[in-house]
Amino acid sequence: MTTTVVDRSHDISQPLEKLGPDETLKANSDQLRGTIAQGLEAELTAAVPGDDIKLMKFHGVYQQDDRDIRDERRRQRLEPAYRFMARVRLPGGVLSPSQWLKLDELGRAFAGETLRLTTRQTFQLHRVHKKNLRAVMQGLRDVLLDTKAACGDDSRGVMASINPQLSALHTEIHALAKQASDHAIPKTGAYREIWYGEERVATKGPEEPLYGKTYMPRKFKIGFVIPPINDIDVYAQDLGFIAIVEGKTLKGFNVAIGGGMGRTDNAPKTYPRLATVIGFIPKDKVIETCDAVMEVQRDYGDRKDRSHARFKYTIDDKGIDFIKAEIESRLGFSLEPAKPYSFTSNGDAIGWQRGEDGREHFTLLIENGRVSNFADIKLFDGLRAIARVHKGMFRVTPNQNLIIADIESGDRPVIEGLLKEYGLDKLNRGSGLRLNAMACVALPTCGLAMAESERYLPSLVGKIETILAENGLTDEPITIRMTGCPNGCARPYIAEIALTGRAPGKYNLYLGGGFHGQRLNKMVLENVGEEAILDHLGKTLGAFAKERQPGEHFGDFAIRAGHVAEVKEGRYFND
Amino acid sequence: MTTVEFPGPGITLEQWNQISALATSLRPGQALWLSGYFAGFDHGARALRGEAVLPFGDGVVPASGVGAAPAARTLTILVGSETGNSRSLAKDLANAARAKGVEAIVADMADYKPRRLKDEQDLLIITSTHGEGEPPASAVGFFEFVEGRKAPRLDGVRYSVLALGDSTYEFFCGAGKRLDERLAELGATRIHDRVDCDVDYETPSAGWIASVVGKIEPADAAPVAASAGLASHQSAPAAPAFDKRNPFTAPVIDNLVLTGRGSSKETRHVELSLEGSGLSFEPGDALGIMPHNDPALAETLIGALGLEPDAAVSVKDRQLPLGDALAEAFEITAATPRFIDHWAGLSGAKELEALRGEDAREARAAFLHNNHIIDIVRRFPVAGIDAQSFLAGLRPLQPRLYSIASSAAAAPDEVHLTVSTVRYELNGEPRFGVASGHLAARAEPDSTLPVYVQANPHFRLPDDDKAIIMIGAGTGVAPYRAFLQEREARGAGGKAWLFFGERNFDSDFLYQTEWQGFLKDGVLSNMSVAFSRDGAEKVYVQHRLLEQARDVYAWLEEGAHLYVCGDGAKLAPDVHAALATIIREQGGLSQEGADDYLSALQGARRYQIDVY
Repeated sequence: MTTTVVDRSHDISQPLEKLGPDETLKANSDQLRGTIAQGLEAELTAAVPGDDIKLMKFHGVYQQDDRDIRDERRRQRLEPAYRFMARVRLPGGVLSPSQWLKLDELGRAFAGETLRLTTRQTFQLHRVHKKNLRAVMQGLRDVLLDTKAACGDDSRGVMASINPQLSALHTEIHALAKQASDHAIPKTGAYREIWYGEERVATKGPEEPLYGKTYMPRKFKIGFVIPPINDIDVYAQDLGFIAIVEGKTLKGFNVAIGGGMGRTDNAPKTYPRLATVIGFIPKDKVIETCDAVMEVQRDYGDRKDRSHARFKYTIDDKGIDFIKAEIESRLGFSLEPAKPYSFTSNGDAIGWQRGEDGREHFTLLIENGRVSNFADIKLFDGLRAIARVHKGMFRVTPNQNLIIADIESGDRPVIEGLLKEYGLDKLNRGSGLRLNAMACVALPTCGLAMAESERYLPSLVGKIETILAENGLTDEPITIRMTGCPNGCARPYIAEIALTGRAPGKYNLYLGGGFHGQRLNKMVLENVGEEAILDHLGKTLGAFAKERQPGEHFGDFAIRAGHVAEVKEGRYFND
Repeated sequence: MTTVEFPGPGITLEQWNQISALATSLRPGQALWLSGYFAGFDHGARALRGEAVLPFGDGVVPASGVGAAPAARTLTILVGSETGNSRSLAKDLANAARAKGVEAIVADMADYKPRRLKDEQDLLIITSTHGEGEPPASAVGFFEFVEGRKAPRLDGVRYSVLALGDSTYEFFCGAGKRLDERLAELGATRIHDRVDCDVDYETPSAGWIASVVGKIEPADAAPVAASAGLASHQSAPAAPAFDKRNPFTAPVIDNLVLTGRGSSKETRHVELSLEGSGLSFEPGDALGIMPHNDPALAETLIGALGLEPDAAVSVKDRQLPLGDALAEAFEITAATPRFIDHWAGLSGAKELEALRGEDAREARAAFLHNNHIIDIVRRFPVAGIDAQSFLAGLRPLQPRLYSIASSAAAAPDEVHLTVSTVRYELNGEPRFGVASGHLAARAEPDSTLPVYVQANPHFRLPDDDKAIIMIGAGTGVAPYRAFLQEREARGAGGKAWLFFGERNFDSDFLYQTEWQGFLKDGVLSNMSVAFSRDGAEKVYVQHRLLEQARDVYAWLEEGAHLYVCGDGAKLAPDVHAALATIIREQGGLSQEGADDYLSALQGARRYQIDVY
């Protein structure tokens, strides 16, 4: 393998003017400062200038607007109802009750009295007014949280299996996730200056030793998984660490690279890809591995075409062998061969579980991660009441659910009492489909959404449940995921049933994903409405009920029975 | 050749020859009349140039032999006008005087140099009242002078006052009363008693005009031919076909709520078509709207009175059903002191009786605040009342004026309004503003409204290259939209700074995207906003002015023109005080110096106020 044949015409080796405009924007941003501080003060608009919108993503902040009233406001000569989404950095999804209470307080004061749990185990505060952003950031700082790199071309929030049973292992893995996150986020002082109002401090040497002036070509996602539950969808990560445990001892990790969901409709060169396992590293090489892998993507990733800039394309373009060799060369050692492991599902076990240390964990199903006070169930209030008495921790799951973790046995009745008092015990009921359903936020706040997702999936699931009931499949666990656009925030392309939005009321329907995230699905209907979706699912699920083999999952069945072709590699997704 | 060889200041040989030729051909009566004519002619011409008025006898014509003749007295008509009614009456008065052979100078108090007062001879004053007995905004400087210590003695000046007002206000015709008393104090002679007119001023004002013209009539009847000749010479261009008395029926083009969801108020944007009307207007002008009452209110009122909607009534020589009369011809919402008088008489109610007279002023005001006509009729029923008797206590339905929010240059044949919907609860019932309620509930696109243009010469853009500072709150921003549209259309290069105040940024930033566009295109240079209900502290436009004191002062020093539009009770005085503070602090002046600075701006028409 020689480097001389590698095409460097699209990467960081090229002068800025030959690269995409975002590269110049980043390079000229004074390490992510831009004019954000001034834009926050601009009083004639609730928005920030266009370039700052992009830079603010690196600070974990997205400018959005209420799309439900966008047209109404245009006619009223009012600008769109601009608001910001602030995404918290919460490695592994673990937070303390005091952190929960702060998020609760900020959600009530500044974010429309709601919190949103995300598919990457964190919180989003939506509908934050520009003038309140600093208060939100400073409130988070009070409980040692921030929003650094929650978005942007950098290392996003690091995921980690929630693993309620193996308490010690979880503690170890979570600590690594936090260490990796703290290590891989931008180091610029821009965040402290803009959001905390601190003075700029001169640095010795470059502000960003890893990122330089142009950061990553695109977002970069890291996750740690503890088999056999692939809850984080490790194959959807740019860099996945699969824990290899002998007895109860963590030995190290199989390294998986090049996963990613995002694609663009009608652009066949874009596709979701599952990560490739390239070898094994001892557990003390995690940070070096993060650096080496990120450096390779930093140096070879496509900086001309953002729709082709994720690590998955770099790998497919340069070849997995070349990339692996580059990583090893930067590590200074060769990866050991991957160790055996296996997954059984990518969902959460809902309800009570006991850890090896004897402490109890309650996993609460939170539909689409939406924490709010609903008409019948006061979820927001209930969780606040629990946080006020809870002595353990909380864990946000990669399926947007919540674990009330580390409850001493003696305290369980108190928690149970509160769950009942606020009606939260009712949340954990539902079909096998509903328990494994996941939707992104989409309308009205997400600027990318082309169709409803969070607000629609529950009612669609209800209609599919009728079909399931007719076929005796009510308790069958089946994964269903919906997104409002093709970018894949709910990791739709690895679900057994997936829908991605094309236009209001219109979706692509995909079938055949692997139940534990091991296989991509494939589109079976394009740009269709609910009637066509239900009709198609009715036929396929009917056949599944009649023809399935014992223990066979719906996604596997769909392929075996020829309802959809198997996608063996991402680059064949569009074939 | 020098001018000193001839009598009079700078009269040339040619002029002298013409005068001599004319003098020999005149009969005595004609000569007398001409002496008055020339006095007035010169007076008027100079007044237009803003110079001091020269009294009769300054050598224009030989003084000898004419001084005592009544026709030689000058006549000045002074106008204090808020909405233009006084101005139009002044025109009527001037015409009536002319018909009697007296040529008058009509001067607006806004432009008039009050030091001339002592040189006046016959002075007829027509003034409206603003708010609680205050003069119209444009006449404030004149009042300050007349009521101040510097006012001269006016012995020898003859005068009369016509006062316009609105009896729904406590200090009815207050401005006219103040002038009437003050001129007498200063030694002037009242030649006719003041007449106070309510909103239906046509009849009493016509009576006053006839009377005062009779009092100033010269002893010799003026030559009819000369008078007619002058009249035709001076006649204005043809009057517009549509005016207050003959409004244009304008179709509604658009009518939408500007305030966004969650607003504590409702402010509308209404677009009307003037196509085919021939009406024209300038930025700063207002549109008069003749609203109709809420038909439901008319119905309720008729029911409460025990009357029938089709009962025939006569209104100004017109026969029409009571229902129509109440819907279209009378004010039927707020009551007036006159209605209390009227209803006290009809009902004999002691409680109403107690509210009559000067002593009950405060109690009456409080009662009127809490009781509309419908409430009074319900509380003090009059059995068997007939429709005509009820109508006798009402005043005619008045047009409502709204600052025009568009420029004809930007939207030809259209007129845009910014209207705040008045809605509140009284005695357990929802109540609505008459015109704003009409616009909110019954003015959907393609419906029509009777309208006319009301000129507002005291709120005018300066030359294109001059800087302007526009200060407005709420719907007070309307004329600035017209200003900026006009400046954009004209490609005007002058700087512009808008101060805007409202309650909440999210919902009440009226025309937000348009200002953003003006800023982007450079039509607007600066914009400062104050949203009073967004923060813990209430912030208003005057606070923003003070924050920007240095730049505001610099703009003024560079010659910027100031505009204030909005609420007259709070905004205008608070802004005025803030401006005085800025000038005092930035200019290193005393309070008096700052006041003089602002007065000078007003005098130079660089500080114009349009409040309501």
